[in-house]
Amino acid sequence: MNAWTTAAAEEQVTNEIKVSVKNLDLFYGSFQALKDINMDMEANKVTALIGPSGCGKSTFLKCINRMNDLIPGCHVKGDILIDGTDIYKDDVDVAYLRKEVGMVFQKPNPFEMSIFDNIAYGPRIHGLHDKKKLEIIVERSLKRAALWDEVKDRLHQSALGISGGQQQRLCIARVLAVEPSVVLMDEPTSALDPISTGKIEELIAELKNDYTIIIVTHNMQQAARVSDQTAFFLLGDMIEAGPTTQIFQLPRDKRTEDYITGRFG
Amino acid sequence: MMDTANVEKWCTKEILLKNRAKQKRRQRFMYVLIYTAAALAVITLLVIIGFIFANGYKELNWNFLTQGVVDAGREGGIFPLIINTLYLVGLGLLFAAPLSILAAIYMTEYARQGILIKIIRFFTTNLAGIPSIIFGLFGFMFFGRILGWSWSLLNGSATVAVIILPTLIRTSEEALMTVPLGYKEGSLAMGATKWQTMYKVVIPAASPGIINGIILGMGRIVGETAALFFTLGSGTNIATSLMDSARSLSLHLYTLAKEGLSVGKAYATATVLIVIVLILNLIAGAFGNRINRYKENR
Amino acid sequence: MTTRIEYDHQLSELKHEIIRMGALVENTLAGAMQALVGREYDKAQKIIDGDDEIDDLMAAIEDKCITLIATQQPLASDLRVIFAAIKMSTDLERIADYGVGIAKIAIRLKDEDYIKPLIDLPRMTDIACEMLNMSVRAFANNNVELAIETAKRDNDLDSLFKQVYRELLTYVMESPKCINQMMSFVLIARYLERVGDHITNVCEWIVFNLTGNKMDLD
Repeated sequence: MNAWTTAAAEEQVTNEIKVSVKNLDLFYGSFQALKDINMDMEANKVTALIGPSGCGKSTFLKCINRMNDLIPGCHVKGDILIDGTDIYKDDVDVAYLRKEVGMVFQKPNPFEMSIFDNIAYGPRIHGLHDKKKLEIIVERSLKRAALWDEVKDRLHQSALGISGGQQQRLCIARVLAVEPSVVLMDEPTSALDPISTGKIEELIAELKNDYTIIIVTHNMQQAARVSDQTAFFLLGDMIEAGPTTQIFQLPRDKRTEDYITGRFG
Repeated sequence: MMDTANVEKWCTKEILLKNRAKQKRRQRFMYVLIYTAAALAVITLLVIIGFIFANGYKELNWNFLTQGVVDAGREGGIFPLIINTLYLVGLGLLFAAPLSILAAIYMTEYARQGILIKIIRFFTTNLAGIPSIIFGLFGFMFFGRILGWSWSLLNGSATVAVIILPTLIRTSEEALMTVPLGYKEGSLAMGATKWQTMYKVVIPAASPGIINGIILGMGRIVGETAALFFTLGSGTNIATSLMDSARSLSLHLYTLAKEGLSVGKAYATATVLIVIVLILNLIAGAFGNRINRYKENR
Repeated sequence: MTTRIEYDHQLSELKHEIIRMGALVENTLAGAMQALVGREYDKAQKIIDGDDEIDDLMAAIEDKCITLIATQQPLASDLRVIFAAIKMSTDLERIADYGVGIAKIAIRLKDEDYIKPLIDLPRMTDIACEMLNMSVRAFANNNVELAIETAKRDNDLDSLFKQVYRELLTYVMESPKCINQMMSFVLIARYLERVGDHITNVCEWIVFNLTGNKMDLD
């Protein structure tokens, strides 16, 4: 056989499954936004969710850290297991879940505080007040988010005084400060310029060594560059999921092919 | 394809120029109107303040500010009244501010956004417009008679608190609603509880608006006369307890002028009142600045 | 459904250019063998001169493919078409070069009489041209089975080559003086056998384009 087939065979090596979604349905009132989603996301890999506007990929992402609970009238059927634990069971501590599963949003949303306080916010609300430890956490998180060098001299100045790309990396650092194991990203670079986008994509490639990353993106090329696995959503269904190389070179479903080649939506 | 070559062009230079002169004239006219209006507003204010100052400065001296009231106000100073007024403002805000902020939080964050909320909002908005003498009557009957607080600092503070409550609730609500959703999402997504998010992120972000409301409230309290007439009492000494009757500056001003005790001192009192309002606003502004130092572009 | 009209237009133009190149190469090959058999030296020279056109066409196809990759970020089937086009144009150009080689030999032998009648070489050429024709059709009609079938015919060319080689060897052993001519004919047979291999490559790329699998069709 040749290089193609051996590359495909490599992808089949079984990996630890971090997030497992089984028969997930989501309803906004009577409208069904997600239909019978089944998907496994591997640990320490980047999974990209792609699809046209309104297909449900962001909604799906928000199920994983139960942010959909905040929307009145939204209810969920089915299971999502993280490390084997069903996160929709009644006795699950949602605050702890959201610490374990961090989220970065499309528009950078640093708080109206200093950079230091922004990063320390997470640990503080979970009860950590030791000043020395907080300083270490802040430095470590900013270094992990590749932002330390740029802001180390202005930690106590407003977080709103830095550029958009830096603010987004700040938001990433903020999430990392509470030591999650999964990081969800909802179109993290769609509001940023190409250079900031590039920096964050590089960051994602590094972060996947320590975290499981699930990213929603509109940008096909970004999904192809950044992810190991890709899933295609359409109108609430998950049409196809698989290794990124397979999805972007040889998609099995025609709808996936049409979307990827830009022939609709 | 549209045939763009042969379509007659309508936005010609001639039309533009013909209109230009008319537009320029209109623009100049509006400028004049606007500047005149602004000037009138400022001049009016300056005239009022100037008039009061001019008539009051004769009685305005160190004694006036530091002495107690003598001979029902014909002689002496207004020191105790200044203190009483400050007590009034402080107590009134102490009652009203936390209550209004919490109420605003309830209405924007915790309550289900249905008919009930709309009704509550309707009432709070309308309460803000009720003449304060009605509140005074309420304070007289309820706080004064039923609760037995009679004529006292407590009664007066409670009454002014009730007066400014609707306004404070409205402004706090507005301030909270302008906080971007992203702040709340960001905090909740890190595992914060709803209250933690409110307390550590949303309220600080809404603080400029809230403080603005408080400033408005302060101004209203200081100027309140009709309601205090029925509730505060007319004691001219510094209040030593909440149940003491304690006249405020505005009441003193009213008394001096109405009873013809000393026109000069009335003007002087008015001057002091204006100065106090200015100082209170400055303090609140500075306080707001300190809170806002983490806002953008600072 | 199609929102990328200009892009689709460029992709179909690309396909047409590959088909055209296939036709040109077929003419080159057939024409060269005709010139050899019929001793038509003008025709041979025309074949040699015509190679420039084929080289230009390959360069144009390569440029088009690179531009499409740079500007359109092709994915999935579009990507496979473009990749297959690049590889196929390379193979087609090599086939044309072999045709030119045959024409050059024809000119070189112009002052000699042929010691033996040419039977197998024209037969090999016919098979090669038929294979070329079939593969172009398979490409144009997206026909995977035809491509696979075409590749199989390479076996005929391989066995014919062995046959021709043995035959010419006996000629040389019998009359060593004709070795110059015989070696030229062996060379031509070798060229035609290589042509078959290149057409097999072309068929492999056609299969890749349509199925995403790179099969080994040798």
